[in-house]
Amino acid sequence: MTVALVVVSHSARIAEGAVELAGQMAPDVQIFAAGGTEDGRIGTSFELVLAAFESALDSAAGAGVVVLTDLGSAVMTAEAAVEFCSAPQDVLLADAPLVEGLVAAGVAAQGGADAAAVKGAASAVRFGDAGGSTGVVGPDGATPDGGAQRSAAPAAPRESGEFVLVNAAGIHARPAARIAGGLAGLDAEVTVNGVDGTSVMELMALAVGQGGTLTVEARGKDAAKAVAYVRRLVEEGFGEK
Amino acid sequence: MGLGVTWAIDWLQLSARKMAEHRVELIELDRAIGDSDHGENMDRGFQAVLEKLTESAPDTPGAALKLAAMALMSKVGGAAGPLYGTAYLRASTALGPQEDIDAAALAAALAAARDGIVARGKAEPGDKTMVDAWTPAVEAANEAVALGADAVAVLAAAAEAAEVGAVTTDPLVARKGRASYLGERSAGHRDPGAVSTALLLRAAATAAGFPDGEQA
Repeated sequence: MTVALVVVSHSARIAEGAVELAGQMAPDVQIFAAGGTEDGRIGTSFELVLAAFESALDSAAGAGVVVLTDLGSAVMTAEAAVEFCSAPQDVLLADAPLVEGLVAAGVAAQGGADAAAVKGAASAVRFGDAGGSTGVVGPDGATPDGGAQRSAAPAAPRESGEFVLVNAAGIHARPAARIAGGLAGLDAEVTVNGVDGTSVMELMALAVGQGGTLTVEARGKDAAKAVAYVRRLVEEGFGEK
Repeated sequence: MGLGVTWAIDWLQLSARKMAEHRVELIELDRAIGDSDHGENMDRGFQAVLEKLTESAPDTPGAALKLAAMALMSKVGGAAGPLYGTAYLRASTALGPQEDIDAAALAAALAAARDGIVARGKAEPGDKTMVDAWTPAVEAANEAVALGADAVAVLAAAAEAAEVGAVTTDPLVARKGRASYLGERSAGHRDPGAVSTALLLRAAATAAGFPDGEQA
């Protein structure tokens, strides 16, 4: 099953907007909004948050829930709701900027990552670091200095390719999410124009336009698959015109 | 002879009355260093506790506190809702299914409540928060237990210490919560959360039969 996400915000519109945005990049991930008070004011509602946790736990069916919050008492309300909910051990709070963290979490969940890795993907996006993650976490929860990457030791296969973007909009949020989401599920260390291929934020920051080139370098068991995956996306124009 | 569910329900009902009586005082305190909603929020929260008590009758002190925790968590809002909700929930968990609460169990429940508030709010003694009322209350309760006090005397000691603790927040500079935005200007005001804590613990002692010094 896929990890489900919850957004806790002081504002219903912020929560719903963040869910809408992340949903574009993670269409198969269930994301629940818990923003504002029951009567539509600014604030956080314990009951709404708890209800969102329970809905998310149901839909995740054991895969776990990762929660993104905005300011101050939203964190406190979310922590309290974890304590009160039916499966406290299955609900993880990510300490991350709300929008960027949610997108990173959504893409990781879309790629099949487990709850700890989804939380890691969100938490790796730091405040004030527009370039995105430095501590990217793979779908198996391994960090770059962890076990999964050791399988990509010097002897591991290497593949590379250069592809010219044909779609009019070039690399923007959705293509970045498709690249990152697919690569996250592969056993390979992949860079695109030198940045981490599993980081939506870093890919978006490349801002490569139509006619620009993506240079993909992959290392590891699935290196060939990774390069082929990006080639196919680029050739299809990411499904766009 | 310890305290049973009747005490717990009396405590919650008296707490609701005290929050209503002190609503304006808490609003005034919070206006000085916060967002002036503490009195309103606590009054609304405990009115919700009263409503829940009319809907279902808890059969143990722990069940009564759990019912209160849910209502406070939902209806108080802001930071005080999760803080008090967590406190009452942790106390409820500490008491478990016991029907008769003795002095030691009571002191342990107070400590669990305080620990929950610290875990949730990350405040330490001296930060000018409700922790400055809870921590001396827990210490006084433990000392009373060590001296062989009964449950009523433990509550009286806790209430007394919380009241003193609330007064000691006057000169402090806030380091947590909304008041911390004021920095040095928060000194010279009493922390509203510490005051509401003292009122609630005083209500606990009064409900247990300890003479209320505030009024007849």
